[in-house]
Amino acid sequence: MAALYEGFTLCGLVPTQNASDSPIQGIELDGDSDHAVVTDSTRSVTLYKVSDQKPLGSWTVKQGQLLTCPAVCNFQTKEYVVVSDNKVIRVWKDEDLNIDKAFKATVSADVWRVHSAPGGEPVVLFQRGAVRLLDSLLSAPQQPIEDVLSEEEVIRWSTNIVAEKQHFVLFTTEQKGEHFLYVQRLNPNTLQKYRLEREDSGAPPLSFSASLRDKHINLLYLYPNGCVYQSVVAVRGPVELEGVQTLPRSLRLRLPVGEGKLGAASAVALDEAHVAVVGMPHPSARTGKDFLCIWNTNFQTLQAGKEMVGRIHGPVWCYLGKLFVPHGKALSVIPYECQKSSLASALGKLRHAGIAVSKSSVAVPSWNSLLHGDQPQGPAKIVDTRKSNGFIGDAQDLQLSVGQLACHLVARSQAETAFYTPGALAQLVQTQCLCHSVCPDLLLLALEHKDYFLCQLCLQLFPDIPEVVTCACLKTFIRSHQSIEMRLFNLCGGVLQTAYSDNFLLPHLKDLNAQQVILFLQYLQFVYLKFSQDVYTQTPGLRSPTMTQIIDWLCLLLDAHFTVLVMAPDAKGLLSNLESFVKSQVKLFSELGKIEGSLQELHKMKLSKDISQYSIEVIELF
Amino acid sequence: MGELKVHRVRFFDYMPTAIRAMAFNAHTERLALARMDGSVEIFNFTDHYFQEKVIPGKDSRSIESLCWVGGRLFSAGLNGEIAEYDLENLRPKYSLEAYGGPIWTVISNTQGTQLAIGCEDGTVKLFEVLEEHIQFERNLDRQKGRIISLSWHPSGTHIAAGMMDMIRVFDVPTGHAVQRLLVDRGIGGSKSRETVVWSVAFLSDHTVVSGDSAGKVQVWDGHTGTLVKTHLVTKWDVLALSVSKDESSVVAGTSEGTVIQFQFIAPTLHQQDKEWVRTRTFKNHTHDVRALAEIETAIVSGGMDTHLVVRPLLEKFDEKSHASGLRKIHFPHRNLVSCAKKAGLLLFQFPGQLELWRLGDSDGHGEKHTLSKKREMEEIQSISLTLFKQKGEDHICCSALSSCGGWLAYSTVSSVRIYRLQTDNNISITKVLPNPELAMTTKCIHILRYTSHGSVLVFQLHCIVPVYGSCPSAMGIHPTTNNLTMVHADQQLFEYSIVEKQYTDWSRKLQKQGLHNVWLDRDTPVTHVTFNPKNPNQVVLHDMHMFCIIDQSLPLPDQKTQFYNQMTLRSLSEQERPSHLHAFKICKTFQDLLCVSLLDDQSLVVVERPLLAITSQLPAPVRQKKFAT
Repeated sequence: MAALYEGFTLCGLVPTQNASDSPIQGIELDGDSDHAVVTDSTRSVTLYKVSDQKPLGSWTVKQGQLLTCPAVCNFQTKEYVVVSDNKVIRVWKDEDLNIDKAFKATVSADVWRVHSAPGGEPVVLFQRGAVRLLDSLLSAPQQPIEDVLSEEEVIRWSTNIVAEKQHFVLFTTEQKGEHFLYVQRLNPNTLQKYRLEREDSGAPPLSFSASLRDKHINLLYLYPNGCVYQSVVAVRGPVELEGVQTLPRSLRLRLPVGEGKLGAASAVALDEAHVAVVGMPHPSARTGKDFLCIWNTNFQTLQAGKEMVGRIHGPVWCYLGKLFVPHGKALSVIPYECQKSSLASALGKLRHAGIAVSKSSVAVPSWNSLLHGDQPQGPAKIVDTRKSNGFIGDAQDLQLSVGQLACHLVARSQAETAFYTPGALAQLVQTQCLCHSVCPDLLLLALEHKDYFLCQLCLQLFPDIPEVVTCACLKTFIRSHQSIEMRLFNLCGGVLQTAYSDNFLLPHLKDLNAQQVILFLQYLQFVYLKFSQDVYTQTPGLRSPTMTQIIDWLCLLLDAHFTVLVMAPDAKGLLSNLESFVKSQVKLFSELGKIEGSLQELHKMKLSKDISQYSIEVIELF
Repeated sequence: MGELKVHRVRFFDYMPTAIRAMAFNAHTERLALARMDGSVEIFNFTDHYFQEKVIPGKDSRSIESLCWVGGRLFSAGLNGEIAEYDLENLRPKYSLEAYGGPIWTVISNTQGTQLAIGCEDGTVKLFEVLEEHIQFERNLDRQKGRIISLSWHPSGTHIAAGMMDMIRVFDVPTGHAVQRLLVDRGIGGSKSRETVVWSVAFLSDHTVVSGDSAGKVQVWDGHTGTLVKTHLVTKWDVLALSVSKDESSVVAGTSEGTVIQFQFIAPTLHQQDKEWVRTRTFKNHTHDVRALAEIETAIVSGGMDTHLVVRPLLEKFDEKSHASGLRKIHFPHRNLVSCAKKAGLLLFQFPGQLELWRLGDSDGHGEKHTLSKKREMEEIQSISLTLFKQKGEDHICCSALSSCGGWLAYSTVSSVRIYRLQTDNNISITKVLPNPELAMTTKCIHILRYTSHGSVLVFQLHCIVPVYGSCPSAMGIHPTTNNLTMVHADQQLFEYSIVEKQYTDWSRKLQKQGLHNVWLDRDTPVTHVTFNPKNPNQVVLHDMHMFCIIDQSLPLPDQKTQFYNQMTLRSLSEQERPSHLHAFKICKTFQDLLCVSLLDDQSLVVVERPLLAITSQLPAPVRQKKFAT
């Protein structure tokens, strides 16, 4: 899941005369992660401390001069660099009060942007496509600058990326309705030109966003029709390609645009699965309002949305978990969080990493397809294509008939009190073709009949037991066994291993009374101590819960009942035991961390020259 | 000089033993030091801390404590015996069973008339020091539990004794215990363990200072038997204490390897009342500091990590000088390796055994400027190892190998043995009786023993070299010119012509011009002198950190000359070089040197014993440095 948190205003904005222009040229990072360098569209650069919403310094060029590129920070020298009137490069330091008195140099061609990234030297991109490292340019400002782009070609967007000691400048251009991507590699300098595929409408892309992931540069671009495409350029790609390649693209997201087209929208990639989009209406809100939304591109789902008051101006920036959105009369900073989304988290916590994955592909049937003949969507498809069709058919038939059989047996048992077939039901469960959603009454029936063996089997083998049922089992187990004994030990072990989601489990856990909670906590502590003592003998069999599962349950239980436990005198000893135990564990882990650190240092140490016990060497004396 | 082939040998597993006890004689400025293997070493602190005498150990001897009485040295140990040493002949003079079980400590009174020992059976025994002997006098009141440490009050009337969990003060004339000072145990888990009072010091004002196994240094009032002050200085043991001569400072050595100084000063400015205040901590050891001595200008310490540290107290020095530098003495100031130059054999001397090794054959092709041309040991069929297990208990004093490799000799305090070696294919050893033909070899061994006198005896007293004020640390007789080259502990260098019975011209020239300051400032003595058989002008000598080839045909360096000039010469062209050459060609490529010798085939043998290899064989220290502390 992803979430947008409560934002705050970093600064007010003065609307520009031309409504389509953003009042902010750029926001860049400083050496400090809490600083932001904001360049407005006219004459001033302001340095903000983001968490304090407070300006730390502001620099303005003279009346009549104009900043033509956002200020950037040179991370190596801690200086700021900006360009005024296209040709004058200005460099100043934090402590300089007046930008006019700082260093400036006039270059011989118009500058498009200065780019800087941590770990790389700033680079200057000229409007005609040439690229220079800032230092080498400033050493000879009047050096001739070549034209890289053809006559009518203009730069639309640019960025730079530092990847594994490689420095890249990416920029897109437009020429006669065609769009190109240039990838300029520095040291050694190579330039690769790609043609972007033409969108049917012929409209130009609204925004670009580039990010580095797994040694590939991912370029994400949004078209007015709501399509978000992604193209991938390899960092260590073959550089010998000649001529203009067509850049392959894949559709990541189709935003519901409604009628009409997007105006000044912008999309920025947050991680491999999430995209933040501004300037488009919320699908379920009335039109005319601008929203900031986070979309999951894997599942094509809207994960979070926030209404932005006033009109959104063009681009949006994203740094270190915060989105910078200029809208209306303010620049807002909105923290966000994207959790890794996976099928596993959608289904619940993994039972056993590794084992469960392979098993669940068989055991989790796609009921939609069985019952309604629907085609599974999305990731399920990928799983299916791997298997042979014949096997699929057999497995589905078996699952269907086992399910029906179980349902019939359970229905009859419910109808006739005397009729209960534990053996047959257990056999059916053991086929592993059954799951809770096929026959929801099975587990409850077993519970009713106090058939704990069957309960345990179900807990172990069903991947989809709802949290409420898990809790009901737990309650019954604890109620029927007032002391810690081996039987309870086994039963609760089954509960601990069921898949669950914290959010759904928590309310049901709250139903336990204090006595039950203390008993269960005692049990958990006992199991934990047992396992932490003989961690090596623990086999990854089905019957023993893992340490992580035990700790998760401990945490959940404490979360749910903390106030009650604090008040309960019986729990005092237990809580203090747990506390001291946690303390010792934290200490252990911090020590382990230190050891890891020092071992890494050992790795870094230069290996001393190995001198054997005996050698014949030659020295020279003068 | 050109290229030299070097046999770099690192397989001599020399392992010094831990320092157990020391005693400083302020009158003669000699430090006596006892090691775990029972050997005793005498260092001359007036002569550049030179190790002038070594009395080899013995398997059955163990020394727990040393004590000077005037110029006489006594030791006592867990074998229950008191021994006196013959410092002329470097052997125990006599030893005496004390009949009190293992002895933990021996001390003498300031008058030097009595010795007191602390025994396992709980007695303090007094011995009278006679002219040539000592004689049992009486016991003080016997206590329950062993007597670990003793200290005599300067007036001679009282003795403080450190025991288990307590300190006793004895009245010497009556022999009765007059005070009982109870020492607290450690806190926590060590509460059940008895506290061992490892060391006590009795000061003139009747203050008793104690160091114990609970990590405390405590100050007591000896009159009243009350505790004045407790300093908890370590989690482990305080093993040794030493008081400065003026009793204004006490140092304590701990198991952590630290030495902690306490001074008797007023804790606040302009106040009259003085008390014992912990002032400084020195950390020059990694392991137990078992032995300590606070001398006039320095703190001397030693322990499990085997090296002797002389830590100068810088406030006692007005300017930076030779004496104000920290000294660490790692290796003995004598040779443990001898080399048969013709045969290419090496003899390593251990306390109880000798090892004979054959050097590998080189392929004879000059390998150009490859500083690290290495080959595996196996490839060079280098090793043929023979062990002479020293039979009997006495450890080996010295050993030698004749240059042809045919004769081998070694001596203990009681005997000299000579063997005939045949090393062609199979090594065979035959013991031979000394005969006139071999007198040369045995004399060599004797010469080593005579070096401590400041003069040198050559052959059947052929002549006596003029006496010089510093001990010779190494010497050698040139095989062709019969010139005797001597290097002294103060780094002075002389060449004496045995034929003409006078110093050679070169030696006079050297003395007239003076040695270079860089040479004089080195802090380890030269321990070996050898010659180039092919070039009579060349003398090879080495200390722990460098070897030097002196070419007497070249000009001597004056004070303005760059002394270590090999790097400079390397960068100069062939034509420029001759004008920059001087007589001392020094190479510091090899470190921790035990032997450097020049073979007949003009290749060098360098025996290194890296200090790291010694450290790695020590037991784990009690306190290990934690990351980021």
